[in-house]
This record gives sequence, structure tokens and C-alpha cells, in this order.
Amino acid sequence: MPDWNLRDKACIVGVGSTEYGAFPETDAVGLGVDALRAAVDDAGITFDDIDGVILNRLPYDRFAEVANLQTPFLMPTEAHGRFSAIALNMAVEALASGQAKTIALVYGNDGRSAKMKYGGGAGFWAPWGFTSPGASHAMMFRRHMARFGTTSEDLAHIAVAFRDHATKNPAAVMQKPITVEDHQNSRYVCDPLHLLDYCLINDGGVAWIMTTAERAKDMKQKPVYVSGYARQDDFSQNSYPADDFWYPALQKVASQIYDRAGLRRDDIDGLMIYDNFSPTVLFALEGMGFCKQGEGGAFVRDGTLQLGRGRWPTNTSGGHLSESYMQGWALIVEAVRQLRGGQVPENRQIPNAKALQFLLATPVAASIILRNDA
Amino acid sequence: MTYLKPLPEEDKWSEPFFAGARDGKLVAQRCAETKKFFFPPAPVSPFTRDKNWTWETLSGTGKVASYVVMHQKYFPGFADEVPYPVIEVELDEGVRLLSNIVDLGERELAVGMPVEVVFQKASETFTLPVFKPRD
Repeated sequence: MPDWNLRDKACIVGVGSTEYGAFPETDAVGLGVDALRAAVDDAGITFDDIDGVILNRLPYDRFAEVANLQTPFLMPTEAHGRFSAIALNMAVEALASGQAKTIALVYGNDGRSAKMKYGGGAGFWAPWGFTSPGASHAMMFRRHMARFGTTSEDLAHIAVAFRDHATKNPAAVMQKPITVEDHQNSRYVCDPLHLLDYCLINDGGVAWIMTTAERAKDMKQKPVYVSGYARQDDFSQNSYPADDFWYPALQKVASQIYDRAGLRRDDIDGLMIYDNFSPTVLFALEGMGFCKQGEGGAFVRDGTLQLGRGRWPTNTSGGHLSESYMQGWALIVEAVRQLRGGQVPENRQIPNAKALQFLLATPVAASIILRNDA
Repeated sequence: MTYLKPLPEEDKWSEPFFAGARDGKLVAQRCAETKKFFFPPAPVSPFTRDKNWTWETLSGTGKVASYVVMHQKYFPGFADEVPYPVIEVELDEGVRLLSNIVDLGERELAVGMPVEVVFQKASETFTLPVFKPRD
């Protein structure tokens, strides 16, 4: 018996996203509503159909007021991108238990216009000049380099692949192709990480509409099923750069996710990997068993993650590194559009995509498998 | 001379750590039952989840487990020093600290480098434990 009995019970039936960039004329709530309107339209429903709301990075009461959503079920989640996966599973659970029938999941971010700084604030390590999530990932990556011989140039191949995808995505903030040399020559933000290892802080909104598989059958869009979900937290090093790259937690997720989805790794056609910083992609690939621990650097060379070249087309939208940092939310939208087919430019379509996997390497290790034919 | 770098967030848990530094001691909490150290300072031992812990003085020696070089100017007080390294030190007792390296001389900072604590007096009330290479 599988230890997660919600396989293919819930579907994503609508997705919406705003443009990504600088929109000082609005704010996170406004962007969230814009994205939700697009998702409602995409799903072919009305706002009156929504009886559940899950929000990320948005003030829940103000959002419900402005979006005029008076429902029996509303859950806010914290700003961390890890809540993209958590929110999705919360919706699956709420749909399965009957707490809601049609759930709007909404993310809004005005970090660029609000001049959001991920660093320089108070913190235990601030007296020593240590600050920012980027520096924490840089510290982890240096450890990876020392232990396994990984190099900054390995990371370049990740950045180059995602940028290549972004050139096929009109919504991507970064459109200019880059080379390994461009990556290596980009300035250090926190050595060993260069500018092109960092995600792009922007304004934007993203929304998903989820409902039960039963209801999804007769709706406007081809349903995308949530086939599998697994999560393991490890906050034991929350105050430090994790010295294990969250490997044990990721391994546990990897040991569960395929059984839960009823699929094998070989059945997966492409990946969406949470890429706040490029090393996270390596940690995710190693932890989830796409290669052995320490071999991630070699694994991503030669276009492994690049559409049309490698076995594992990853972040076909450009991801956080080249589309925009929408904290996992836009990666799920990309997965949905890929799985519907015909909704992204032909040169960006993963051929015959049937199942895609989302990987999240953070203190919340998680994975989601989505497919289009349950 | 005004000290422009960020000051420690001394709360009731971390105050003894910074008080120890003022006295030239590197201290950390140790779980009485498991004998394991934990850091940053906390109300309870994460191993037993109880208050059965004591402050202990550490050897102050360890090795560089990792390091970065900060190029971005996040703190006005560090603006004149960029790029500056921050090291992750693994002390012999297993405690990890993020800190700075001093007296490198001709040596190149590297993972595995043995280090020992030195105390840098920043003001009358604040001393920062940092590390120097140990031969």
C-alpha cells in the first residue's frame, strides 16, 4: 500500500501569471489579483466558483478584501519559496477532505519595486559581515567544491541551459543568450558565486486553480494531475549553511515520490528545479538521485538540462535564474503549460511530455510529480 | 572612533556568549545529558528539549570548513572592506561558527586550514571572536 493515498485525486485546471519586471504602479496584492483573474479565465470558471484560497507572500486579509473572496477556507503561508510545494499539497489535502471544491492558490511579489534586499539586515552572523541567502549557498557550494571537486564552471552549464530556455520564453526577464565564459566573467556577488548564479528579483504574480479530478474532467483545459508528493523537513541547521546539502532529507523524498506517483524515474520527461541559486540545482539532482552525490557537476555538463540536447530538460521557462524569481510558483505554471501541450512556443515544448517532476532542495525538501494522463 | 559594523543581537540567550568574548573566552552551551554542544544559544538543548545545559569554555581551535568572499556591500560598516572573506569554522568540540580570519599573512585561505580563536575588541562593550591560522 502506498503511504500517500492522494495519487491523481487533485488537478491543476487553471494557471495565470502576470508579466515579470518592475511595476511600481501596483503592488503584490494587485499583481496577485491580476494573476488570479488570468487563472480564473484560463480555467473557465468564475470567482463565484472559488470556495478555497491559499496564499503565499500575500497579506491574507487585505488580499481577500481586495480580491473580494469570501470563502469558508483561506490559508496564508510565509514568504519562503518552499511554500510553493507546501501550498500545492495543502490544496490536494483540502480537496480530498472536502473542505473546498475549487481552490485558488495565489502568489504575489513586489520585491523589485519595494527594493527588497536579501541581505544586510539583523542576524546572528551580521557582526562578522555574513548575510544573505546567496552567501549561505556560496558557503555550501565551497564545501561541495572542497569535498567533491565541483567547480564554478559546472554551475555555468546550469545558467547557460536555463538562459537558452529563456530565449524561447517571451515572458522571461533575461533574453540575451549567455556562454560559459559570460558566466565565469560575470562579477562575484559572493565568491564562489557569480552574478549569473543568482535568481532575478522582480515584481509579478502567479496563480493556480485546483479542483478534484472528478470535476476536472469536464473543464475547459486538459487537466494536469498531481500524481505524487513527498516532503521531508530538516531545520537542524537552520542557523547555518547546511553542511550536508540537505542530502538525507532529499534522499528520503526520492525514496517515496515515485511509488506515490506510481511512476518510475524513467517515466519523467523533464524537471522543474527550484533554482534560487545555481548550486541548489546540483543539490536537488544529487539528493533526488538523478546522479550520485558529488557527481552533480559532471552531470550537468554537456547540456544534460538543456531542451533538445539532454535527457532532462529543466526549467524550460528559464527558471528563477533567467525567467524571474517567482519562488517556485511560475515553475509549476510552466509544468502545467508543458503538460497541456501547445501552450508554449514549439521550440520550447518538451516533446510528448507526459510527466514532469518538481524538485525542491531547501530545509523543506520536497518533490511533486505532475502528469497529464492519469 | 565610532564602530560602524553591525553589533551583535544580544538577547538573554546569546548574552553569555558575547560576555565570554569580552573576557577572552569562547563559550557555548552543552547539553548535560548528551554532552553535545549546540549553537547558536538557545533556551533548551535540541537533543533533550530541556533546560539541562551549562555554558562551557571551548578550546578555540578548529579548522576552516568552508569560506566565502563577500563582494556585495550589504553593510555600510563593511563597505570599505569588500571583498572580505567570511569563514565557517568547525571547532574541535563540533560547534560551528561563522567568523572572520585575521593574520593570514602570505597564506592562502583554504578549506581545512587549522585556526584558533583571537579576540578583537571592537568597543568598550563589545568583543568579537575571530580566527587566525594555527601552525
